[in-house]
Amino acid sequence: MSFISQLANPTRFLELSARVLPWLVAASGVTLAIGLYLSFFVAPPDYQQGDSVRIMFIHVPAAWLAMFCYSLMAVSSIGSLVWRHPLADVAAKSAAPIGAAFTFLALFTGSVWGKPMWGTWWVWDARLTSVLVLFIMYLGLIALWRAFDDPSRAGRVAAVLTLVGFVNIPIIKFSVEWWNTLHQPASVMRMDGPTIHSSMLWPLLVMAIAFTLIFLTVHLAAMRAEVFRRRVRTAQMRAAAQPAASVGTTVVAHG
Amino acid sequence: MSLLGQIIAQTVMLGLRAGGGALVGLVFFLAVVAVVPFGVGPDLNLLARIGPAILWIGVLLASLLGLERLFAADREDGSLDLYIASGEPLVLLVLGRGIGHWIATGLPIVIAAPILGLMLNLSPIALVAVTATLLAGSPALTFIGTVGAALTAGLPRGGMLIAVLVLPLSVPILIFGVMATNGAVYDPEPFTAPFLIVCAFTLASAVLAPLAGALALKVALE
Repeated sequence: MSFISQLANPTRFLELSARVLPWLVAASGVTLAIGLYLSFFVAPPDYQQGDSVRIMFIHVPAAWLAMFCYSLMAVSSIGSLVWRHPLADVAAKSAAPIGAAFTFLALFTGSVWGKPMWGTWWVWDARLTSVLVLFIMYLGLIALWRAFDDPSRAGRVAAVLTLVGFVNIPIIKFSVEWWNTLHQPASVMRMDGPTIHSSMLWPLLVMAIAFTLIFLTVHLAAMRAEVFRRRVRTAQMRAAAQPAASVGTTVVAHG
Repeated sequence: MSLLGQIIAQTVMLGLRAGGGALVGLVFFLAVVAVVPFGVGPDLNLLARIGPAILWIGVLLASLLGLERLFAADREDGSLDLYIASGEPLVLLVLGRGIGHWIATGLPIVIAAPILGLMLNLSPIALVAVTATLLAGSPALTFIGTVGAALTAGLPRGGMLIAVLVLPLSVPILIFGVMATNGAVYDPEPFTAPFLIVCAFTLASAVLAPLAGALALKVALE
C-alpha cells in the first residue's frame, strides 16, 4: 500500500517512470520484432484462409487490449472517485485515446480481414457490433473530457461515466448477442474451425505480450505528458494572475 | 405532498407550461416518424415490417430532447445548491426529475405512438405490442438520459454531448423493445421473455440511474 501511495505522488511517478520508460520501449520493440517475425515467417498460412490469416496476429491482440484498456480505466475511475488520487485521474484520461485507437485498429483489421473471408467489409455480427458500441463509448468519454476546462472536475465526471459504461458493457454485449442470434441464424461467418494450432498460438501469444508492452509504454508516456500538461497549465494560470496583480499595484502607485 | 411528489409535480409543470418544450418533443417524434417513409418509400408492406423499429427509434431520439435543461437550469439559478444545503438526498432529486420528465415528455409520445403506428400500417396486435413495450421501456430511456443530463449539467452546451453519451447505453433497451414487439407479431419469436427484460431494464435503471446521476451532480458541483 505504501508503494502505491508513493506512486500516487506525481513527482515520484515522474522520476520512476523516467527510469522505467526506456526499458519498456526496448522490451516492447524487441517483443514486437520477435512477434512480427513469428507471425510473418514462422506461422504457417491457414489451409483455408491462406496468408490473410496473419491479420489475426494484429486483430486479436488489438481487440484484447481494447477491452483491457477499458477495464484499466474503470479501475482508475474508482481510484479517482473514492481515493481522489490525482494520478488515477491522469491514468484514466490518458488511457482513453489509446483504448480508442486499439478499438479502431481491431475494427479496421477485422474489416480488412472480413473482405476476403466473408466477401463484405462489415457484418452486423454480435462481436463486431459490440466492439463498435465500445468504440462510440470511448469517443463519448474523450468528448466529455474535452468539454470541461477544469481537468480535475472533468476527471471525476468522466470517472462516473466510465463506471456507468463498465456496468453497461456486459449488458450491451449480452443483448447484442441475443439480437444477433435471433436476427441472423446460421450467419455467414463461422469461426468454429479446429481449435487453434500451436504453430499459430505461439506467435499470437508473443504478439499479445508485445501489444500489452506497447500499451504500457504509450500509456506511461501519455501519463507523463498529461502530468506535465497540468503543471504547464498551473504555471500559465499563475503567470496570467501575475501581470494583473502588478498592474493593480501600479494603478495604486499612480493613484 | 412528499418531497418526491413535489419534485415530480414541479418537473411536470415546468415541462408542460409555455417554454417547457415537452410538447415540442411530441412534434419532433411525429416529424421523425413522418420523415422515414420519405426515405424508405411508401411501400405499406415494408412500413408494416419496420414500423415498430421506426417508432422505437423515434422515441429514442425524442427522449434525448429537453434533457440538457433538466439539471443545468437548477444549477444556474442556484436551486441545486439550495437543495443540497437542505440536506435532502440528491438521489431523490434525480429520481423525481426523471419520473417528472418522463410524464411530461415520454408519456405523450407513448400515447401518440399507436396513432402513428396506424399510419405505418401496423396490424392491431402490433399496435398493442408496440404501445405496451414503449410504455414499459421508455422510462428506462429517460432514466439513462438523466445520467447524461447530470454528467453535463455544468457545461454551457451539453445537448449534443448527451446524445453521444446516452445512445450507446440505450442499445439494449432498443434491442429488446423491438424484439418483444416483433415477438408479438411473428409467431415463432418470443414475446414474454424480451418484454420482461424491458421491464427489468426500467426497474433496474430506476434504481441505478438516480445513484449514478446523484454522484455525477455532486462531482460536477465541486
